[in-house]
Amino acid sequence: MNNQIAEHQDRLEEADTAPAGFRVGTARLLRSWRTAGILIPFLILFAVLSITSQPFLHTSNLINILDQQAATLCIAAAGTLVLVAGGIDLSVGATYGLSTVVAGEIAAHHSPALAIAAAVLVGLTVGLINGLIVTVFRINPLITTLAMSFVIGGAAVKVTSGNLIVLSANSGFYKFANAQFLTVPSAVWMTILFVVVLGLLLSRTTFGRYIVASGGNAEAARLAGVRVNLIKVVAFTLSGGAAGLGGVIDISRLLSAQAGSGGNALAFTVLAGIVVGGTSIAGGEGSVWRTGIGVLFIALIGNGFNLLGVDPLYQQIVLGVILLLAVGLDAWARQRRR
Amino acid sequence: MSVGNSEEHPPRTAGTPGDDLVVAGVSKRYGGVPALSDVSVTIEAGKVHALVGENGAGKSTLGKIISGVIQPDEGILTLGGRPLVLRSPREALAHGIVTIAQELAIVPGLTVAENVYLGSEVATAGFVRRRELRRRFRELAGRVGFDLSADVIAGNLSTADQQKVEIMRALSRNASIVVMDEPSAALSSQETAALHEIIRSLSRQGTAVVLISHFLSEVLSLSDRITILRDGHLIRTVEAAGATEESLIEGMLGRSLSAAFPEKALGEPDAPVVLEVDHLRAPGVADCSFALRRGEILGIAGLVGAGRSELARAIFRDAKVSAGTVRLGGVELAGHSPHRSIHRGLVLIPESRKEMGLLMGRSVRENISLSRLDLVSRLGWIAARRERRAVSQLMQKTTVKAASMALPATMLSGGNQQKLLFARSVMCSPSVLIADEPTRGVDVGSKRAIYDLLREMAEDGMGIIVISSELEEVLGLAHRVLVMRHGRISAELTGENMSQQAVLAAAFAETAPPKETR
Repeated sequence: MNNQIAEHQDRLEEADTAPAGFRVGTARLLRSWRTAGILIPFLILFAVLSITSQPFLHTSNLINILDQQAATLCIAAAGTLVLVAGGIDLSVGATYGLSTVVAGEIAAHHSPALAIAAAVLVGLTVGLINGLIVTVFRINPLITTLAMSFVIGGAAVKVTSGNLIVLSANSGFYKFANAQFLTVPSAVWMTILFVVVLGLLLSRTTFGRYIVASGGNAEAARLAGVRVNLIKVVAFTLSGGAAGLGGVIDISRLLSAQAGSGGNALAFTVLAGIVVGGTSIAGGEGSVWRTGIGVLFIALIGNGFNLLGVDPLYQQIVLGVILLLAVGLDAWARQRRR
Repeated sequence: MSVGNSEEHPPRTAGTPGDDLVVAGVSKRYGGVPALSDVSVTIEAGKVHALVGENGAGKSTLGKIISGVIQPDEGILTLGGRPLVLRSPREALAHGIVTIAQELAIVPGLTVAENVYLGSEVATAGFVRRRELRRRFRELAGRVGFDLSADVIAGNLSTADQQKVEIMRALSRNASIVVMDEPSAALSSQETAALHEIIRSLSRQGTAVVLISHFLSEVLSLSDRITILRDGHLIRTVEAAGATEESLIEGMLGRSLSAAFPEKALGEPDAPVVLEVDHLRAPGVADCSFALRRGEILGIAGLVGAGRSELARAIFRDAKVSAGTVRLGGVELAGHSPHRSIHRGLVLIPESRKEMGLLMGRSVRENISLSRLDLVSRLGWIAARRERRAVSQLMQKTTVKAASMALPATMLSGGNQQKLLFARSVMCSPSVLIADEPTRGVDVGSKRAIYDLLREMAEDGMGIIVISSELEEVLGLAHRVLVMRHGRISAELTGENMSQQAVLAAAFAETAPPKETR
């Protein structure tokens, strides 16, 4: 009994000033925010849009949203792994752009399969390079991927010689993203599959645990036998690969590509989706399915504002405020827990 | 309860005399659990007043109340007879009460003088008047008797010198009461001696020092008065002159020390060697050789900075090894990755569980299974039920007390957090376990549980290395003790030779070298 009290005090002394009851309470709150968090505002927004806008709830509109968000969803899903592993990937926009033009150039003259494979491979390679620079040379991932985005952007211009690439709708390449199955285009199916696979990878596999550990406390993870560098390289490589895949999906959907498409705007939209989904920018915590909700939440705001005819100006302001709220809540929760 | 005091105003020799600080009937509860119950203490001006007690006894809580970090639930503080309400460390500072915490709060990129006057710079229109700053600094340094250069970058200083910077900062603000929480915990022996001199000179100048320390010899040699706390209660306040280490320990524990350790199993002298370290050199480690047998607990003692943790990291292959070999079960441990070492059967419990051991925000379950997820997964897919079963068995074996294995590690007490690391280690079923400071920041009850655990693991056939700064711990647990000094093994002590005196002599071997074994 005495020991128990002493033990309790030991913990309390370490807990500094916050009373235990409060800490437990906030921890619960935090947990419920992290698990349900973005889902509640998403459902509210969904309900509001269903009531206020006639065309919103139409299947075609909903599928259209998913189709438009296919690339963003794929890239954000993989980006979640990078963020949870304690990194950040700002080069995804540029990689996406490079992937579209590489796929476009090849699809114009060669088989669609080759174009797809080459684009994904380009993405994987960029990701691998990012990962190696971050781990082997220990350069801050923000700077690494920012620098890489300039390099890749330049490479994309080189590939196209600055021209717009336009493909024909008759090619097999078009079918890659537009083949219909159960009235849903293949781009959506691929995206769902990709997000589910990455979600399970993070939440149910040893690799996922290692990602969480590497981002949560790299030193502790390493001493516990986790190959932190390897894990980070794989995460970056997946992120690059996802950007490659997203690029092919979009050029197959849109049939035109240009160096510079995607770019930083895409990288930041992806980051916004991840963060709004409740994944911590400090690493060590996050989930892929919530990133999915986060991306769709942002998409719904855009879609809803369009349908309701609100000035797009407000769309950006609202998005910015939501982003700040999400990050602020995360910081607040972390501070409470320390 | 309050300490009676015959000389109400003793004559002051130097400096500005402060007032006595009286803590009267102070209680503090955390979430319903008392951390401090009705404690009354008088801190006399110009005296060194020590607070001693086990972890969780409430001495840090009392220190924090005095320095305004936390506020008492009951009871009052008075300074020179006037009631004192401290709502923040800033308010305490305004009353001349300064805290020097265990973690130093210097800005490494600024110079010594800039650090000393941080936040109270002499400036004209926002521009710091460097010359004036330096003049004031020299004046202060002369007064305290420190030879610190004003323009050295503080980050380049030794820990002790950084502590001097903090002390000077305290004095520059005309502190009359300085609270020091474990000031020598991170210092080497010379640095500790220097710190002691500083504390003495502070009290000579009329500054009261509240000294919170684990080191009883330090407490006895420095203090004028000593207050013993146990389980949040004041046991007694005594004059240091009349106290001994034994009497203090008796007061702190409420029992004698010997009961704290499990009985030692007899080591088998011809058990097979599980770990062989041969002429190992690494940063901080100079030419270390020793062997560890199955079922043996080997203690490594030495001062902080003697290279104990560095040796542990070198053996674990987590440091650049420049020469020498480590053989595990007769096979050389090559390469440099903790991953390899763990899968070969060598596990390290690092010295700082928060920074190097645990994922504080993650669950008990994830923390325990992290090293050997391969045991509870197939093709990388975690079998949730198998993991839960394995973890609950490990929690039972290592007596982890947690309401649920889904609880994050932060919610556990220090002792239980440490046990998580033991559970993780047991899951690896290693042949050798290195435990670096296994009971740091752990309460008495959990300490005993950890000792029992270590002994049990040794009986199961592990070779165990225990590194500890607590001499009693090393001597109470180990079959054999290695003492390190300046990165070398300066003595090997066994059987009768294992005594505090022998360890200390070898740790400070400049003064009196015992038999050199290597």
